[in-house]
Amino acid sequence: MHATSLRIKMKTTTDIQNEIIENFSLFEDDMESRLFYLMDLGKKLPVMPDEHKTEDYIVKGCQSKVWLYPEIVDGKVIFEADSNTEITKGLVYLLVQLWNNRTPDEILNTDLYFIDKIGMSRMIGSQRSNGFASMIKQMKMYAVVYKEKVKSL
Amino acid sequence: MAKLNIESIRKQFPVLHQNVNGKPLIYFDNAATTQKPLSVINAIRDFYEHDNSNIHRGVHTLAERATTAFEATRKTVQQFINSKESEEIIFTKGTTDSINLVAQTFGKANLKSGDEVIISAMEHHSNIVPWQMICEEKGAILKVIPINDAGELLMDDPIAIGFEKLLSPKTKIVSVVYVSNALGTINPIKNIIEKAHAVGAKVLIDGAQAVSHLDIDVQELDCDFLVFSAHKLYGPTGVGILYGKLELLESMPPYQGGGEMIKEVTFEKTTYNDIPYKFEAGTPNIADVIAFKYAIDFVNEIGKEEIRNYENELLSYCVNRLLELNNSITNNPITFIGTSKNKISVLSFTINGMHHFDVGMMLDAKGIAVRTGHHCTQPLMKFFGIDGTIRASFAVYNTKQEIDVFVEAIERLVKFIK
Ligand SMILES: Cc1ncc(COP(=O)(O)O)c(C=O)c1O
Repeated sequence: MHATSLRIKMKTTTDIQNEIIENFSLFEDDMESRLFYLMDLGKKLPVMPDEHKTEDYIVKGCQSKVWLYPEIVDGKVIFEADSNTEITKGLVYLLVQLWNNRTPDEILNTDLYFIDKIGMSRMIGSQRSNGFASMIKQMKMYAVVYKEKVKSL
Repeated sequence: MAKLNIESIRKQFPVLHQNVNGKPLIYFDNAATTQKPLSVINAIRDFYEHDNSNIHRGVHTLAERATTAFEATRKTVQQFINSKESEEIIFTKGTTDSINLVAQTFGKANLKSGDEVIISAMEHHSNIVPWQMICEEKGAILKVIPINDAGELLMDDPIAIGFEKLLSPKTKIVSVVYVSNALGTINPIKNIIEKAHAVGAKVLIDGAQAVSHLDIDVQELDCDFLVFSAHKLYGPTGVGILYGKLELLESMPPYQGGGEMIKEVTFEKTTYNDIPYKFEAGTPNIADVIAFKYAIDFVNEIGKEEIRNYENELLSYCVNRLLELNNSITNNPITFIGTSKNKISVLSFTINGMHHFDVGMMLDAKGIAVRTGHHCTQPLMKFFGIDGTIRASFAVYNTKQEIDVFVEAIERLVKFIK
């Protein structure tokens, strides 16, 4: 067998979004179970080093504290993230799972359809939906900045 | 104790009979605002359907009816707090508006540089900021009565600078909350009023949380001002009360200028109307004021003592169930904030390892409405070293069955984080 075919193919952002939609659909309309599941997801976030949790990396527009720390490695964006509240941790996990280790172009070209499909705004309310939108904006901002950087190299 | 028929009381509150997130609504956010009985809702509709008119102005029949109904509420409020005169009852937009009125009229006329205003560490922002503003303007000094870990005012503490040590001839105004919205503590206001009067200070009582639970007799208390909001007393939003002693209200300069508050206007000089109208400039919130009477009637019909006894029963039931839960879990994750023996039916707590936002959202998922956050008492939260609590506050239409559902939801949460 050829060596490269053994490598697990990385899931596309579409694959991941479809998985998220399917997982949430298991809970149907049971809001409490959905939120417990979201908090469980948050626990999967790798520990973020304290030295990266600075004012500079706080996402503006979130009521809870959310930190997002980006790096570019081999042309791909690596995200570290954390929050002081469990539900928000789950929210930022969804985005990190989707966009970690992607090129800036992949991030910028993603059509985020899973959010409506899982009924996010009903699940987390308007304040947190705004916070969630701020996280998305921030991650896309980092992607734009890295894209520019790569261009100017 | 006469048994209340809670089922029939609940029937009077249409809003309670709905599902939220697929579950029957459990409304435990009564300290923020209570729900309204049908009699109040109907009164608002009836007014606009049959009597809508401006008051105190026209001679036509509708104006007459509207004025009579409006003034009937004033009489009802007078009886409700037992003030001597109905002129001592001024309609405002709410507690906040009433406190600003006193600060900007009585405060403006009576404070000078070096004078002192005393508030407490458990005040709502609306009983802090208006005093800060007028103190800054006048060069007066704001002093704060400290509290202990149980959330009680320090009155005559041997070591700390409690209320009695703060008082001096420089004290001009003492403005304290009767019942804390964040903790539920009932403060010893009778004692505060007596001691303040002994140094010649005037006393404002923030009764926002007190009026729906405690019997209030302003003559017996001898407070100089009492303020509260209709919406925390089963009444409409946008209506507040300022009670002030007649001679004080008469001596105070007006607040806002406009129609209704004048006797005669020329371009050279305006003479002001008598109280209470001097402080009621412009067209007031007529429909809601009229409907407020029905809220007070609702409370009077059940009886405050019955309401209070029942709410206390709910409070101790909830405290006991949460204590039981807390003791069954190794690290005792629940901490009660505000543990005075002297409390109304407000229960504030934190859960170790879970942010109050998350708890609020998890409870909402089960149709349970509680308040989470700082409850407009940031200095108080700072004292306890927290940035907020989860607050359940009970009213006469709540039940033990609802508390069971609430405690079970909390149980799932604390087991999740364990
Ligand atoms: C103790 C206390 N004071 C003042 C207020 C302010 O009342 P309002 O917003 O109705 O003016 C509140 C309301 O939360 C309160 O609980």
